[in-house]
Amino acid sequence: MNYRSARPLSLHRSRLLLLAAAALLFSAAALHAQDWFKTETSSGVSNIRLAVADFKATAADPQAAPLKQTFDSTLFNDLSTAGIFDMVSKSMLPPSTPGAANEINLPQYANAPVNAAMVAFGAFGASGGRITVNGLLFDAKNTQFPQVLSKQYNEEANEENARLIAHRFADEIIFRLGGGTPGIAETKIYYVKFAGGNKEIWAMDYDGANQHQITHLGTVSISPRVSPDNSRIAFSSLGHDGFQIRTYSLLLNRMVNFSSGGGTNLSPAWSPNGHDLAFSSSRTGDPEIYIADSNGGGSRRVTSFRGPDVSPVFNPKTGSQIAWISGRTGLPQLYIMDADGSAVTRLTDGGYATSVSWSPNGQFLAFAWNRKYGPGAPGGQDIYVMEIATKRWIQVTHDIGRCDFPSWSPDGRHIVFSNGGGANTHIISMLADGTGRKNLTGPGADMPNWSWK
Amino acid sequence: MNLSSARYRQALVAITLVAALGAVTGCHKKEQPVNPASLGPMPSTQPAPTANLTAEPSAIDVGQSVVLNWRTQNATSVTIDGVGEVPVNGTQTVTPSTSTNFHLTAKGEGGSTEANVRVTVRVPQAPSNPSDNGDMGSEAAFHQNVKDVFFDYDSYDLRPDAQSAAQTAASYLNSHSAIKIVIGGYCDDRGSAEYNLALGENRANAAKTALVNAGVAATRIRVISYGKEKQFCSEESESCWQQNRRAQFSLDR
Repeated sequence: MNYRSARPLSLHRSRLLLLAAAALLFSAAALHAQDWFKTETSSGVSNIRLAVADFKATAADPQAAPLKQTFDSTLFNDLSTAGIFDMVSKSMLPPSTPGAANEINLPQYANAPVNAAMVAFGAFGASGGRITVNGLLFDAKNTQFPQVLSKQYNEEANEENARLIAHRFADEIIFRLGGGTPGIAETKIYYVKFAGGNKEIWAMDYDGANQHQITHLGTVSISPRVSPDNSRIAFSSLGHDGFQIRTYSLLLNRMVNFSSGGGTNLSPAWSPNGHDLAFSSSRTGDPEIYIADSNGGGSRRVTSFRGPDVSPVFNPKTGSQIAWISGRTGLPQLYIMDADGSAVTRLTDGGYATSVSWSPNGQFLAFAWNRKYGPGAPGGQDIYVMEIATKRWIQVTHDIGRCDFPSWSPDGRHIVFSNGGGANTHIISMLADGTGRKNLTGPGADMPNWSWK
Repeated sequence: MNLSSARYRQALVAITLVAALGAVTGCHKKEQPVNPASLGPMPSTQPAPTANLTAEPSAIDVGQSVVLNWRTQNATSVTIDGVGEVPVNGTQTVTPSTSTNFHLTAKGEGGSTEANVRVTVRVPQAPSNPSDNGDMGSEAAFHQNVKDVFFDYDSYDLRPDAQSAAQTAASYLNSHSAIKIVIGGYCDDRGSAEYNLALGENRANAAKTALVNAGVAATRIRVISYGKEKQFCSEESESCWQQNRRAQFSLDR
């Protein structure tokens, strides 16, 4: 009901305004409950109320306490970030921490004030240099056969593995309770980090932890895009002949060849099968969209129209369509076409639209849009989500400054984007409906790209 | 009788004429040959090359063509500055954008010789450098003559002021044929980084096209788009944004 149409509205302007005002009031009141845009974030049922108890410490190893704290906070954060749970505040939980099936008093969780439908709990031990975790998920209303999940984990004891086990258990719960969509707790985000006048490619976990540098090229490298199998990153890097596509192997930990066809080459995008890269190339003097093999060979031109064509992205569901940004009519607009260059369709009706990302289910495009772009115009650049079939769109960021480079999470429930200008640019993740914003980085980070799995 | 005496007289005159000619020329033919050893060492046994270079017409307007015509003798290699290696005899049509001294060098086993012809190009406004210095010129002179061109927001079309700046730049470059240049395409800080890189590419290429149309060889020009990655200034004002929306020329060393 919060849909707005890209088509011009002309008749009964005043009545429409009244309607819009009423809708606005209603939506403000019921923002959290309503199924206001059918992304993966809200599948039409109300969120499951989930209680997550701190895990019970099973060994008195002094090393265990900080690791257990990492585990508990990571697990709670993963489940609350998932976007499908109504999380019970930890302050409302019963004081005892059950560590096994026979230690839990289910009615304490099922009844008010907790009112949980599901309870996640278990035992955490760290001794002899190993972490041992027993994780359980119980249906609080089913007193006879409450067990939904039981998982055991055993890893070398360190911070990273404490987080990893929490991510894996969280993803099990999300997969089981979230309609079969795999969780994203083990996914990565690749991004650009400012380093003096240069920019390098960095990576981090989906929650902002474990930020580390990937490239050391000492130049300006931008637009990182990870391959669907997480084996390579393609990006664009400034060299003697301007910006060129370059690829880095995450398996070999070094650069691998990508041959250039001349001109400036920008904004690579992987096909969902990982065999092809679409990118913008100005080898003819005018930036056009090309598709080449993942090593740069066999390139073929897809667009041919005067004006900048840039930032292509494949439909990740089919691989047969490309969305991209074109300035063929003036200010940049959002377009889609078939991957052979046919069926070109313009999707935005004006303003300044850039940086498109295609949702994993193929139905939505997220993009940055300044609807009132121009000298002296008051507009701001925000993230929008458009349903391709209807061209209806919603604005998902509001009044937080310039937003750019949205990128969908593989579960389609989240969008990561960059916010702010210049050196203050930082990376934020949110649910696809714009709620649940979280800063993932400090200043000096830009152009996030969420891994495919 | 009458007839025969006339014939006799004619024959007599002819004989006398032949004899007189023989007396005039014969003495040179009979000169003694010189012994080469007595003249000392010779620089070369080959005669020095000769060269002749003409241009038709010798004065043109910008955009018109000139036919260069050259003839050489005893030369093995002939080059014309700005044209390159050419046949020993030949013609070539050239379209200089500024007044140019075409300089031909003919080299042979007997040495080398030069020939020059001047083609005057009547340029409507831009003052032309009278000669091709063939060097890089000074950095200051370069920036004085080859000025950055600026663009309207989100546009990559050359404005009228940019068109005339490009003409001035082209004539300077045409008179300093050793210069190679880099054209950097820049955008202001607004808008999105990837799109601005594509836009900067269009801006740099628009400037390149203007120079190429004015006679600068495309091989002397390298184009790099920097988008908004290398800002000239960083204030949020139209004057700063205008500074950043430019195609910047620099020497490619």
